[in-house]
Amino acid sequence: MAIQLAGVSKVFGKPGSAGAYLAVDKIDLQVEQGQMLALLGKTGCGKSTIFNMVAGLTEPTEGRVTVDGRNPFGDFDAFRGRMAIVFQNDRLLPWRTAVQNVELGLEILEKSASERRGIAMSWLEKLGLRGHENDYPHALSGGMRQRVSIARAFATNANILLCDEPFSALDEMTARRLRGEFVRLVKENGKTAIFITHSINEALEIGDRIIVLKRPATIALDIPHKETDFREHEEAIRKRIQDVLAA
Amino acid sequence: MTAAQAQLSGMSRFGAAALRRTGSYVLPFAVLAAAWQFASLFFPPFLFPSLVDVFWRCLSIVGDWSQFSDVVATVLRILAGLAGAFAIGALFAVMMARSRAVHDFLSPILTLFQGIPALSWVVFAIIWFHGIEPRIFFIMVMTTLPAFSFQILGALQAMSRDLTEMVMSFRPTRLKLFRSMIIPAVLPDILTAWKVNLGNASRVVVVAELVGATGGVGYELLQQQQVFDMVGALAWTLQLVFFVLIVQAILTLIERIAFRYRAVSERTL
Repeated sequence: MAIQLAGVSKVFGKPGSAGAYLAVDKIDLQVEQGQMLALLGKTGCGKSTIFNMVAGLTEPTEGRVTVDGRNPFGDFDAFRGRMAIVFQNDRLLPWRTAVQNVELGLEILEKSASERRGIAMSWLEKLGLRGHENDYPHALSGGMRQRVSIARAFATNANILLCDEPFSALDEMTARRLRGEFVRLVKENGKTAIFITHSINEALEIGDRIIVLKRPATIALDIPHKETDFREHEEAIRKRIQDVLAA
Repeated sequence: MTAAQAQLSGMSRFGAAALRRTGSYVLPFAVLAAAWQFASLFFPPFLFPSLVDVFWRCLSIVGDWSQFSDVVATVLRILAGLAGAFAIGALFAVMMARSRAVHDFLSPILTLFQGIPALSWVVFAIIWFHGIEPRIFFIMVMTTLPAFSFQILGALQAMSRDLTEMVMSFRPTRLKLFRSMIIPAVLPDILTAWKVNLGNASRVVVVAELVGATGGVGYELLQQQQVFDMVGALAWTLQLVFFVLIVQAILTLIERIAFRYRAVSERTL
């Protein structure tokens, strides 16, 4: 099992106090190696909290999160180069050019300068950004910046990819094209991915398993399926998800 | 238009732009100098001396090591004081940013220091220290330390949480986090802090040298005051002003190179 959450809860504020807020409530979840899980739910349902706990950026209040058998929060450094994140907004460092941004993770992994540049350039090329490698983020469009951030995540060759609504700020045409590229890259490179979204279409397009969350983050629906099943039953699945979200 | 003509036209456009930039920089000084020179025609030299005399006096200071060494001494005192205050201030700021308890402890002390006039620090330094250099170094550090600490702390606290989180997601070592995120993020504020404190330090050093030194620009200014020599007073003051202008220009150049990534809006403030 690549990622496992066992009885995980997260409370913001002091548990039991008046201002405490239960964001995640005793969730159990397993993600298999090579699986692409779409985590679907309305805004504020705790998707990003689960994401941050898996990423090791925040600690669960209760329960256990393990990634490849280790605690991503406690063994933070052990995941260097093994986990990469694509955020909702591109989060490019404004003082670095496109290629330097892609090189960031590789620098942290202490790759040599020439190796860094070679890997970064090849990813920029794969994502159609050749010729823009020396542009600063302000000179790139929103879609281009998000592609740089995808290149940055893929460049480290991490086994686990975590994506927090990475295409939500883009127009539908650009988002659709990038989603296609993203799915292809994940499959080609055999990654395990958790993809957070609030769009049913995006979840259907990307996930080979869809989990629908309700507030506070508990699993309301778990739809594991293969691509063929998904295409056959798309309308039925969409209807079930809509019903759960409406409830 | 041939390629050569186009190149020439491009060069002349660049030349005109450079001329405009230089002109806009020089113009305020030229107007001020002209007004002073005009006043010198109507007032006695001990009030408004001719700038020609001041110019020759400036040259004589620069050309005579026994005098210019005073300028160098003052410059070194300013730079040493600022470097000391910056190092301690940066350390304080990092400690305050990392720990709420340290912040709550140091912040009121630095605020208290900020309220103490420079002249009081001069008196304290004379009482506490024997040597001239330790006295001046102490005064320089104490008068600029709070500003450096608070400015660097502000820069650390204003760092983008999103960007820090993004860099942290790659699990950098502490050193790598510093190099790739913290230093570039706080550099603009650090340069601004240096620019602001440079002006303050150049004023404070003169006060410190006036009271407790046997050399330096402040000491020389005291000598000019005792003989009512306005030419000398202006010439010595200008030495310090030139130094501040040169360092400000270097800092501006560093800014221009380091922050070339910044987008420039066509519709500026």
